[in-house]
Amino acid sequence: MDNPTGIQQTQEICENKRAIIDQIIAENQNRPGAMMVVLNETQGKIGYISPAMQKYIAKKLRVPVGAVHGVVTFYSFFTTEPRGKHTMKFCMGTACYVGGIPQLMEKAKQITGTEIGKTTADGNLTMEICRCVGACSQAPVVTVDDEVIGHIKPNKFPALIKKLLES
Amino acid sequence: MAFYRSHVLVSVDPECLAKGAHEVIDALNDELIAQGLLDEVQVLETSRIGDPYRLGPDMLVYPEKEHYANLSADDIPYLVEEHFLKGRVVEKFRAQEKAVSDEELGAPKPKEVRIVLRNCGKIDPHNIEDYIAEDGYQSLAKVISSMTPEQVIAEVSKSGLRGRGGAGFPAARKWQLCRQVPDNPKYLTCNADEGDPGAFMNRRVLESDPHSVVEGMIIAAYAIGASRGYIYCRAEYPIAVQNLKIAIAQAHEFGFLGDDIFGTGFSFDLEVRMGAGAFVCGEETALIASIEGKRGEPRPRPPFPAVKGVWGKPTNNNNVETYAVVPQIILKGAEWYASMGTEKSKGTKTFAIAGDVINTGLIEVPFGITLREVIFDVGGGIKDGKQFKAIQTGGPMGGCLTAEQLDLPLDYEALTAAGSMMGSGGLIIMDHETCMVDMARFFMEFTQDESCGKCTPCRVGTRRILEILEKICAGEGQPGDLETLEDLCYEVTRNSLCGLGQGAPNPVISMLKHFRAEYEAHIYEKKCPARVCKALIRYEIQAAACTGCTVCARNCPVEAINGERRQAHIIDVDKCIRCGICAQVCNFNAIQVLS
Repeated sequence: MDNPTGIQQTQEICENKRAIIDQIIAENQNRPGAMMVVLNETQGKIGYISPAMQKYIAKKLRVPVGAVHGVVTFYSFFTTEPRGKHTMKFCMGTACYVGGIPQLMEKAKQITGTEIGKTTADGNLTMEICRCVGACSQAPVVTVDDEVIGHIKPNKFPALIKKLLES
Repeated sequence: MAFYRSHVLVSVDPECLAKGAHEVIDALNDELIAQGLLDEVQVLETSRIGDPYRLGPDMLVYPEKEHYANLSADDIPYLVEEHFLKGRVVEKFRAQEKAVSDEELGAPKPKEVRIVLRNCGKIDPHNIEDYIAEDGYQSLAKVISSMTPEQVIAEVSKSGLRGRGGAGFPAARKWQLCRQVPDNPKYLTCNADEGDPGAFMNRRVLESDPHSVVEGMIIAAYAIGASRGYIYCRAEYPIAVQNLKIAIAQAHEFGFLGDDIFGTGFSFDLEVRMGAGAFVCGEETALIASIEGKRGEPRPRPPFPAVKGVWGKPTNNNNVETYAVVPQIILKGAEWYASMGTEKSKGTKTFAIAGDVINTGLIEVPFGITLREVIFDVGGGIKDGKQFKAIQTGGPMGGCLTAEQLDLPLDYEALTAAGSMMGSGGLIIMDHETCMVDMARFFMEFTQDESCGKCTPCRVGTRRILEILEKICAGEGQPGDLETLEDLCYEVTRNSLCGLGQGAPNPVISMLKHFRAEYEAHIYEKKCPARVCKALIRYEIQAAACTGCTVCARNCPVEAINGERRQAHIIDVDKCIRCGICAQVCNFNAIQVLS
């Protein structure tokens, strides 16, 4: 990573994102242990938590920026960069691993020309690995924008990716 | 009290009423009078039975449990004559069950006993009345109105219920410990951070029967004297979170949660907290840190959460399944529950079976059933007629067991004695085409990645173990590697702070113990006997079997396969990345894996 802490970057948060965060904080700030809830909601509604947002949240919750950054980087669901329009997650649970997820990842890398963990150049698709989604009886499984797609056949898979790239 | 031989429940929810449910009831009463059956058949109004939009107006006839649907008043005379007078089921009015294929659960398989999963797939999780119709919240009423907290703990203690999260600590003793701490307020947490790959029992309960968990938690809170509870659910389970939130809101509406429950002065409230993708948060002290909004890092125990938990206050933490079973124990009695299972492990346990077995999915069986019964009777045996090789119990921190241990009874002590553990209940069955070095590497990759990094033995140790395993898989293993592995495993197990580090080496230790020859083949002969490890295998097309259909060449991601149509194809070994897609797509089994 170019900037391992990511904290020095000081781009502004645009107005409507700030409004979303303000609302999330207003709804949750009196809850004990609000930070996880606020970050979860921010990640869910905005899609990522940039260093500038982390600073802003820290200020609003009156906690050190380091505490917010520590939590954001600890949990794998929080991302600091925007994702693509769609996110495909490859389930790395045991059943999916045995059921052929590694092969599907190879195929995906080849079709998109993008590494797993990155977003395609056109910003349409982010590919990630994720932990067992608990749909083991449908292995191998990928999730596309929170929808679980199971029983993936290697020969049907390219069509799925192409659809996401084009939509 | 009048004795009726039959009870008819007619659904009068708004949709059924709009479709004429009252006319059906009137016609029913008229016809029963006309046939002189009014003293024998009782007609009752009830809320929805099936999907009112599809089936309404509908009725359930007990004791036969016959479900008649899409009725109109005109159908009633015929129905009454046939069913109640002649005792014949009227086929044409029977509700057509929607053909839902439930791959996870399905109908109970042989030797299954469903207690925790009893409602899953049968009731509407979004409707509290469905749960109440299945005796839901009856235990809560019984507990609050007629039992002291001590009596509740005594009853649970008598049932022999042990924590279902994996460690198997007696639930009642845990409750008692928390209850007797002289500090207030007390908290209750529910561990729904089911992170073991291959385990999804808790997800299914939370999604399909959330009220059983809510009710179990209210009862536990009453027994302990807790005033607030948190259900910590992993972010990978969005539907579970949503259903729990609905269930909690409905329980509030019905007065089962909130202030002064049933007017007894007992108050309890529940909240769902979502994780954010950290496996270690399944460890109770890490879970508590996460609820408090911090990094989910474990801390040394003691003090145990029973003394200092959420916000430094006494906290009782149990697994989803533990809470879900409590209402059943109260309702049917401790003796009933304790009559199932073995001497020290009572009741039933849910398991998720995954891997190379025919019936994958969820099962619930009494403790004491053997692994052989689970795999071959409940699981239906190994897929594709292959041979059983090993079973991993207890998830990535459990151990593997072999064919010789198949007659082991499933209970906490027997599994621990055999070098594995119960864990939360993931069972991964492996056939003879699974490489045990690769499997150990896979589990280690998982625990290494999920190690939170707080303590050195786990942070560094798991990484070093993984590196050695990767080396062996890559065909670069050296003499002495296995001994180093064993030393490392011992140190990591002994010195790590929490269960994750202490358990992480378990798969390696047990696989090394049972399949040492396979490890040695990797190191000394540079062969992978199961033909899995990419660096040690190659793919070859059997010219005699190849028809030249080109399907392999078209599917190869790196264009390593060449050949003319209708001519035998050849794999370019240098280009081949050994992904195995060609062997998967070949319709003629012409592609062989060699080591």
